Amino acid sequence: MGNTITEKILMAHTKLKEIHPGQLINARVDIALGNDITAPIAIREFRAAGGKKVFNKNKVALVLDHFTPNKDINSAEQCKTVREFAMEHKIVHFYEGGQVGVEHALLPEKGIVLPGDLVIGADSHTCTYGALGAFATGVGSTDLAAAMLEGVLWFKVPQSIKFIIYGKIKKWVSGKDLILNIIGRIGVDGALYQSMEFTGETINKLPMADRFSMANMAIEAGAKNGIFAPDAITKEYIKSRAKRPYKFYASDADAVYSQIIEIDAGKLEPQVAFPHLPSNVKGVSKAGKVKIDQSLIGSCTNGRIEDLRVAAKILKKRKAAPHVRLIIAPATPLIYKQAMQEGLLEIFMKADAVISPPSCGACLGGHLGILASGERAVATTNRNFVGRMGHPKSEVYLVSPAVAAASAVLGRIASPEEL
Amino acid sequence: MHFSGKVWKFGDNIDTDAIIPARYLNTSDPKELALHCMEDADPDFMKIMKPGDIIIGGENFGCGSSREHAPIAIKAAGISCVVAKSFARIFYRNSFNMGLPIFESRELFDNVAEGEEINIDSVKGIISISGKQKTFSINPIPPFMEQLIADGGLLKHIAKK
Repeated sequence: MGNTITEKILMAHTKLKEIHPGQLINARVDIALGNDITAPIAIREFRAAGGKKVFNKNKVALVLDHFTPNKDINSAEQCKTVREFAMEHKIVHFYEGGQVGVEHALLPEKGIVLPGDLVIGADSHTCTYGALGAFATGVGSTDLAAAMLEGVLWFKVPQSIKFIIYGKIKKWVSGKDLILNIIGRIGVDGALYQSMEFTGETINKLPMADRFSMANMAIEAGAKNGIFAPDAITKEYIKSRAKRPYKFYASDADAVYSQIIEIDAGKLEPQVAFPHLPSNVKGVSKAGKVKIDQSLIGSCTNGRIEDLRVAAKILKKRKAAPHVRLIIAPATPLIYKQAMQEGLLEIFMKADAVISPPSCGACLGGHLGILASGERAVATTNRNFVGRMGHPKSEVYLVSPAVAAASAVLGRIASPEEL
Repeated sequence: MHFSGKVWKFGDNIDTDAIIPARYLNTSDPKELALHCMEDADPDFMKIMKPGDIIIGGENFGCGSSREHAPIAIKAAGISCVVAKSFARIFYRNSFNMGLPIFESRELFDNVAEGEEINIDSVKGIISISGKQKTFSINPIPPFMEQLIADGGLLKHIAKK
């Protein structure tokens, strides 16, 4: 009986000779990640447990990306706690100020996470790195503290669901639309405790940026991780970034899956997740007349340069509707710089967009784009729960960068085809 | 462990933004977080609940963010334990790691009304409703998780090793 890619990566981080779903294992961690919201609790726990030294200063990443640039005094204090810890333990991958980006865009960009790695992060969207063929999963702060102490953490080996995605995707359809459609099909607990493995001819041609968007939202179906078998596209992405060895794993032909789901992606149009669940998904043509007050393009789901290029293509020589606040947040400083060099920022400014610093702030209703009661936003982010971006009576509609840009121009949820 | 308390019922997919909205995450002080426990699911919850009360959830309780602030807020609010049809993965892990007792029972939800008092015997794995005959079984806690609780959480478990 063969193994899935997830089982193989987990096993490679233990001394075990075989592994099966449901098994409890202790596995070595390659990278342990925390941010300005989750790391302070982990640091408190680390110290309470008598921690004097992190297991490896090269394998801990601390990224101050959520409530930064510091939104208030309390947030500044939280950042200070993490900064002092990073200095004390000489953490190599510590990022803030002009070096900080949204963690799940930043770590792959810098080659800190690589194929075959086992990554844990005190942030639920840590599953993003599955796009590289790594096993990556979100945990809490206590787990992060344990991993920082020992470099080892317990895991229950998950069952896997295999998605076979075929068909040529239409213009303006992206990885974001594929994952929204999948979550719409299986529900927000459709992959609870399981691994989502994305395969098929559509996936084999899918660019890295789209794979990151898809793996990013595996948690929105309750999954432990989302994963893609690394290939030539992965290799091209990491070849200039990797500074240490990495390994490509693939599922065996006779690997066992709890479920196999086939999807014809050729039939899909851009998707919209209505409030207040990411599974509340419709095709954009069925959205009806939904007037919006804000459009946010950014986040760990869709703040990459490819996302900004799509938005710029649509926003070029156009303007956001007068009643719409268009906010564009490049996810990392490098993406910001690229957007500047490619002339995208000028297009955005001419479209009356606000260009935000790299930050998670607006996505989770922290700062840099909060909604008032009764307001509606389209957002290229990953969650549309009650109160996610501000007032509990505000609404968030999850979309791709193409739909977010077209909606900003028309002032209502719209497909780029309508322009 | 034994718990008795009045029940507050919530539905399916109670997410961590409802349990503790991100706008309050500029602190990790349990007392501060407790002030806003369940605020976006029920703005009056902290005014009406009493220490020792029990939260009942439907499917996928605690979905969304990995924020440990969610079980911390519930525990610091004085809620004695949470019973749900099912729990989201990270919330489940966090609760054991930081010591919030949680129990899975698919049956209880449809048979209990808000305001009723329930009694949980976690050793026998049984839940009863005060004044009623019928009892409900708790899904067994995996032995490893029991060990975590017995040791006082993940870090104490590691220290013991």
